[in-house]
Amino acid sequence: MTTMNLLQAVNNALDLAMAENDSVICFGEDIGHFGGVFRATSSLQEKYGKDRCFNTPITEQGIAGFAIGLAAQGSVPVAEIQFADYIFPAFDQIVNEAAKFRYRSGDQFNVAGLTIRTPYGGGIAGALYHSQSPEAYFCHTPGLKVVMPSTPYQAKGLLMAAINDPNPVIFFEPKRLYRAAKGEVPEPGYEIPLGVAEVVRSGSDITLLGWGAQMEYLIEAADKVQQEGISCEVIDLCTLLPWDIETVEASVNKTGRLLISHEAPRTGGFAGEISATIQERCFLALESPIARVTGLDTPFPLAYEKEYMPGTLKIYDAIKRSLSF
Amino acid sequence: MSNTAVSNSTVSNSNDSSSTHSESYASSNADNASAVQESNNEKLASYEAQVLDEINETHQLAFITSDNLRIPTLKILQADGVEFEDAMAVHLNKDTALRSFKTMQYIRILDDRMVAAQRQGRLSFYITCTGEEAAVVGSAAALKPTDMIMGQYREQAALRYRGFTTEQFMGQLLGNEMDLGKGRQMPVHYGSKELHYMTISSPLATQIPQAAGYAYGQKLAGKGECTLCYFGEGAASEGDFHAGLNMAAVQKTPVIFVCRNNGYAISTPTDEQYKGDGIASRGVGYGIKTIRVDGNDLLAVYSATVEAREFAVSNNEPVLIECMTYRLGGHSTSDDPSGYRGKDEEHEWQKKDPIHRFKHWLLNKNWWSEEDDTLLLEEYRTEVLAVLKKIEKMPLQPLRTLITDVYKHPTSQLEAQFDELEEHLRHYPEHYPASAGRV
Repeated sequence: MTTMNLLQAVNNALDLAMAENDSVICFGEDIGHFGGVFRATSSLQEKYGKDRCFNTPITEQGIAGFAIGLAAQGSVPVAEIQFADYIFPAFDQIVNEAAKFRYRSGDQFNVAGLTIRTPYGGGIAGALYHSQSPEAYFCHTPGLKVVMPSTPYQAKGLLMAAINDPNPVIFFEPKRLYRAAKGEVPEPGYEIPLGVAEVVRSGSDITLLGWGAQMEYLIEAADKVQQEGISCEVIDLCTLLPWDIETVEASVNKTGRLLISHEAPRTGGFAGEISATIQERCFLALESPIARVTGLDTPFPLAYEKEYMPGTLKIYDAIKRSLSF
Repeated sequence: MSNTAVSNSTVSNSNDSSSTHSESYASSNADNASAVQESNNEKLASYEAQVLDEINETHQLAFITSDNLRIPTLKILQADGVEFEDAMAVHLNKDTALRSFKTMQYIRILDDRMVAAQRQGRLSFYITCTGEEAAVVGSAAALKPTDMIMGQYREQAALRYRGFTTEQFMGQLLGNEMDLGKGRQMPVHYGSKELHYMTISSPLATQIPQAAGYAYGQKLAGKGECTLCYFGEGAASEGDFHAGLNMAAVQKTPVIFVCRNNGYAISTPTDEQYKGDGIASRGVGYGIKTIRVDGNDLLAVYSATVEAREFAVSNNEPVLIECMTYRLGGHSTSDDPSGYRGKDEEHEWQKKDPIHRFKHWLLNKNWWSEEDDTLLLEEYRTEVLAVLKKIEKMPLQPLRTLITDVYKHPTSQLEAQFDELEEHLRHYPEHYPASAGRV
């Protein structure tokens, strides 16, 4: 075990994947010698050479298309989109090409090796274009997997699993936690299975569900209400597509209440999908309406970022409302 | 427009002053580029040469226009199938020549018959390659069989050149049990792993950056293979074209880009699609070795692609070939060109038919005879119709192909949705004729 921050865990996962398999190739804007604007790819070019770790021109659709072609050829590309806010030029390549590659060819061709990494989320004064959480757009696309780690341990294990998964994976990294989140990480390589949620804390009164950077706030809120005698079960979804319905269902059947939190705007957010599924499955067990604590239906703001964010206090309030319904 | 070769919507593609009968690459190489323009305007020429030499300094204000780089069109065969007197020597052996010719004839027959079948309601949709056979076959014939081909959707002739069977064509067109793609895509979205022909997708130009990535993988694999990527002049307006060419050049990838400049994007003529000197001029801008050829001249297309392939694989660099041709048919069976272009224009281009032209070259060489031709066409007509009849009787793929291959293994959610669907279909089979009796 060694202590790493989330960024070091990502870097370590890439390093091990590249060492393990010569076909793993990393590329994106500024990720070569410079090591990426957040340094997630530090020292990889020095270790593995310019053929396997290189800068690209500023063209997100080009990066995604190039990665798809490379994956179709049999390589294992790990492409970086510098900020999730800039993934939209690549949307067509991801949604119409990567996601449908296997299906449309009758399984003759696939992009099994494809992983696209991108930092997402607010809390860093990044305003409209350095803060977005666009996961829900991709969760609406069969054929993709969508993964969002919340800790260094998860970041390493989920990224290694994403790289080895035989399906295209979009891997959203919580940039607010890049250096803020520290934790114990095993030195050898390991995988955390995709599609499996982690029950972070067991409890009996309400289930708190989130992913990525929201986990920090959910745990803080759980601590806060615990002092008032409220027992929260906290679940980290880890993979949004496909998501672990059974774990959430079992928890809600036990607690009778569910709160879902994400940073993205509420309307059309992934909490809506989870709410619909859980009310179908747990209708008679529910003791209060499923609560959503989310960003506002606005572009991501700057001056009032803290007001926008679904932080600990908003979650705390929502827990109280649910319990007193 | 100074170079009428690019303005083929005006039917004057061929006989212009800027055609060449010997191979001439336009590239970002300063010597070549400035040599072309010396004849134009000395002042501008020396200005551009300075720019290209990266001296990049002048003390006189002067703009550059596309007239400063006039890209010629390589032509070897005249419309009657006789080589131009001063044309470069062509190295095309008899086997390849005949295979190319038979492929073109086959595709012409297939296209004619499938349009008829669509009119009879036997197919939902079809797209012909008519008029562009030489641009496709000439380029495909210059490849190694293991080179990857990534097409747009009008290049069935390349697939046929590699051996796609009539049964396989019909299977895809009918989307049934015989379809390698498992009945999931509209007609003409062919693909064959065995023949190194990437499955077609409808979104335009997406294959261009993918071809760069695929070729990059081929470069690292070191087997001396490359990727050939087809697209139309309309698709070249998409962002993916620019992204793909730039990445291919910067990342040094062995990919041959073949633009079929066929005059129309559905109904939009080239003069409403772009303003510069065709698509070729863009290759130069991206630092890509570029050539423009008469796309109705199989010898010109073949010769250019042989050189392009050799260059791409030896240097790990992309090449762009712009084939000037003409879409003799509609965009698809859902299109009627009489709404946007005149019959006169079509008649002019029928006189430049690429198959006719190449046939006469073969006849002159005594590699082919009119009798051979009659027999071949009859054989193809019979085969295509007989196989259509046979394959259209075949059943659909199993219902489960609805959910397989979304992921490598279906998710539990998808399995649950499928169970629910099957339950529903069992209750109302008469309302779902395609799956009735298959649940």
